[in-house]
Amino acid sequence: MIWQLDFILLVIVVICAIAAISVKDLLSSAILLGAYSFLLCLLWTEMGAVDVAFTEATVGAGISTAFFIGAIYHTSRRTKD
Amino acid sequence: MKVLALIAVLLTTAMLGYATLDMPGWGDPSSPASTHVSPVYIQEAYKKTATPNIVTAVLADYRSYDTLGETVVIFTAGVVCMMLLRKVK
Amino acid sequence: MHDAAKESKMIRDFENIIIKTVCRAIIPFIQLYGLYVIAHGHYSPGGGFQGGCILAASFILMVLAYDIKEMKKRMSEKINTILCSTGVIIYTGIGLLCVILGANFLDYGILEIILPADAEHSRSLGILGVEIGVGFTVMAVMVSIFLNIASAGEHEDGEQG
Repeated sequence: MIWQLDFILLVIVVICAIAAISVKDLLSSAILLGAYSFLLCLLWTEMGAVDVAFTEATVGAGISTAFFIGAIYHTSRRTKD
Repeated sequence: MKVLALIAVLLTTAMLGYATLDMPGWGDPSSPASTHVSPVYIQEAYKKTATPNIVTAVLADYRSYDTLGETVVIFTAGVVCMMLLRKVK
Repeated sequence: MHDAAKESKMIRDFENIIIKTVCRAIIPFIQLYGLYVIAHGHYSPGGGFQGGCILAASFILMVLAYDIKEMKKRMSEKINTILCSTGVIIYTGIGLLCVILGANFLDYGILEIILPADAEHSRSLGILGVEIGVGFTVMAVMVSIFLNIASAGEHEDGEQG
């Protein structure tokens, strides 16, 4: 475990999470959630939990992003607040 | 309303952060998780199941009921999604 | 004005052809990788859940690049719904087979009676069968949820791009 790499990854994860809830465009929000999942996947790979990281990469970054994009087609693309 | 939500989130974050101080260190060999059943899995899993990946052996053999429940949950989610959204003509 | 509209339509058609061709070339490899992840779960990270998700992602990519009608030619809704329950039936069937042979539910060691292997390797084969069941269910359920969400439940028309 290299703590500098952990620190950089965690900082980018927090930035992605805050950006995902503050951005106005819902499509960008979904893509930012995918980036967040992928960075968490990197973090888990780096900590040695390879199976968890693989599940996060397929489900969090792959399938759930596709579900969000499919749902955004049927609502307005911009948030109200 | 947004300020209230922010205060709630900050309080929860502080509580969770305080709770993590009680957790054992990363990969600590004397933590309860690595002294109770993990040594048995590491020593016995390959001999008893002939599966080199211990995670798969635990997931699908030792904890097979859990995986069965997980599969049934996914199946139920799919069926409920079909029942709620599908329009039959 | 007219020329600009014509030109933008031409660019769109051109990009459409690129996307369709690349997806048609890449989808078999994604499916092969999904099968590899399911079958190789004993030796490397992976297993039924992840492999099923990768297989479902290949079908979702087909829906995104072509349309729902084109994907349903490959896997109709009937087959998809049957596959949903087939996975759970395989899983509980292996468990019940253990009960019938005289052991506890999902105790694969007893399968050595019917399999040409000793108890350890029949446990390994039992794990493989269970993973295949999980893979079937996860793939079919993910595809069906995506189709129902993306087309709001009316995917007979199949106009959703």
